[in-house]
Amino acid sequence: MAQVKLSNIVKHFDDGNAVIHGIDLEIGDGEFVVFVGPSGCGKSTLLRMIAGLESITSGELCIGAQRANDIAPAQRGLAMVFQSYALYPHMSVYENMAFSLKLAGMKASTIEAAVQQAAAVLQIGHLLKRKPKDLSGGQRQRVAIGRAIVRKPQVFLFDEPLSNLDAGLRVQMRLELSRLHQELGTTMIYVTHDQVEAMTLGQRIVVFNGGRIEQVGTPIELYDHPANLFVAGFLGAPKMNFLAAKVLAVDGGAAQLTLTDGSVVQVPVRADTIRPDTIRPGEPVTLGIRAEHIGIGSVDQYTVRATVSVVEFLGDSCIVYVRMEGMDELIAVKQPVGQGALKAGDRCTLHFKPEHCHLFAGNQSRV
Amino acid sequence: MNYSGTILTRLGQYLILTALALLCVFPFWWTFVTAISTEGNIFAFPPTFWPQAPSLDNFIEVFSSIPMWQFYRNSLIITVSTVFWKLLICSLAAYPLARMKFTGSKLVFGVIIATMVLPSEVNFLTNFITLTKLGLVNTYTGVILPNVVNAVSILLLKQAFEEVPQDLIDAARVDGASEWIIFWKVLLPLITPWLATVGILSAVEAWNEYIWPSIVLSKPESFPLSAGVLYLRGTYGSSTRVVAAGTILTIVPVLIAFLFTQRFFMRGMDGAVK
Repeated sequence: MAQVKLSNIVKHFDDGNAVIHGIDLEIGDGEFVVFVGPSGCGKSTLLRMIAGLESITSGELCIGAQRANDIAPAQRGLAMVFQSYALYPHMSVYENMAFSLKLAGMKASTIEAAVQQAAAVLQIGHLLKRKPKDLSGGQRQRVAIGRAIVRKPQVFLFDEPLSNLDAGLRVQMRLELSRLHQELGTTMIYVTHDQVEAMTLGQRIVVFNGGRIEQVGTPIELYDHPANLFVAGFLGAPKMNFLAAKVLAVDGGAAQLTLTDGSVVQVPVRADTIRPDTIRPGEPVTLGIRAEHIGIGSVDQYTVRATVSVVEFLGDSCIVYVRMEGMDELIAVKQPVGQGALKAGDRCTLHFKPEHCHLFAGNQSRV
Repeated sequence: MNYSGTILTRLGQYLILTALALLCVFPFWWTFVTAISTEGNIFAFPPTFWPQAPSLDNFIEVFSSIPMWQFYRNSLIITVSTVFWKLLICSLAAYPLARMKFTGSKLVFGVIIATMVLPSEVNFLTNFITLTKLGLVNTYTGVILPNVVNAVSILLLKQAFEEVPQDLIDAARVDGASEWIIFWKVLLPLITPWLATVGILSAVEAWNEYIWPSIVLSKPESFPLSAGVLYLRGTYGSSTRVVAAGTILTIVPVLIAFLFTQRFFMRGMDGAVK
């Protein structure tokens, strides 16, 4: 096990294109950290830089107590699981798992024991003689993880390992990875663009956008207290609703806002964030509310008026998409099934508690 | 209308393909008929395309006239050595061109490709002078050496290396493999179909090579089959039927080898590197 420390890590490609803009991050010993972000945000490139497969333009990477910038991939004490599995097709499962140990010059008996132990953990003992082409997607992924485990690395790197699996298998493998982390207690860095994987697997999540870190925190911190509009919109399904608003007044710990339909709502704000450059009367702001924090009432019950556009049934709950006056985007509302049978075209009113509201200033940061 | 149109199109396609196939096979058939017949005038017009009084006499005469087994052995040595060294050297040249970043890689590749413009005969003089200086005239090494590097082979193998997914190479690097191990244990086994393709093409080329071995080798007992079979004409006047039998005996090993390996050849052409 080892901690990983990144200090002002920068990456420029040969054509001068900058993809990573000064990343500072500390990953604790035995921690499971997830890098999440949209395609092209630089998360996989950063993982490859940690693995030693991409050079570091500037900055310092430390694995354990050692500066690792110029150390060869195999000497960094890492193991990596690739999205495409990257199993050697001409070798059997056993040979795939034993390959790194053979290269390290280990004895045949030690290799045999290590492979058998890893195979037992992953329940792939019966597949050892098969070739990768004879395995299912899930089995291949297990072998890829097994190949990583046998090396007993200080840090595991996962590059979107579940992307090629179907939905059911993905859930199963997610649970297995969590179990594996609990059993091994090894530092794990996991890259994904799937926010569900990030929320369920990570002890801490690092949200990337455009080669920069937007926010680092536990899943619950990021969900409940997103630092900006990007993080708020990226995490959560359905994504957070954003309502355009205008500041009427700021008074102590609360701000009075008017929405596009003319209704007025009051939202608590953190005193330390109220600055003239972030929020002042007359300024446009964005009000963020998650689908599960919005209630639907009858026509005259609350002040915010809306019309039901689409209703999606999910089994245990349903998502009601409503259109508010003056807004182009639909607002998602999560409701328990059977709580008032709404249908498209019904008129309704919306309500939400002030403590569930997230206020974002014009510069997109949270107030 | 559509159905009959399709039938007619298909019929036309088959007719053209049959005509092309006949055009390709016809010289071999004529040679075979000449070799196996013992009667009739081979220069008659119109010629006879069916064996007359078929017999293996001409083939037997080939073996009694020239040291065929010696020539077979010589051809085998030259062909196997050429194929082995060509696969090794061309794949070693193709790997860095496909997978490594280095200054001038495009220039090097361009120069290699440019050599395809020149016919091999252009090199005969310079190659012969080089071999003379190296003291390799009248040796198999002299016959093999200029043929072990070839732009088409490098081009094909470069393409093969480029088709191997980058993740496999990265995985091998993380596993601790050196460049040589990646090349030898990961990539070469994956491009086997391409190696087979290049190997078969090279084997046919080396087996049939006639002019270059005739220039380099002066002792008849070292001649490969393609050059040695000409002694049938020189020694026995114009025994065309015996020469034809010798030619058939020269072709047969290549034909058999191709029949057994064409499966790999086709796979290589499909680019089956997965």
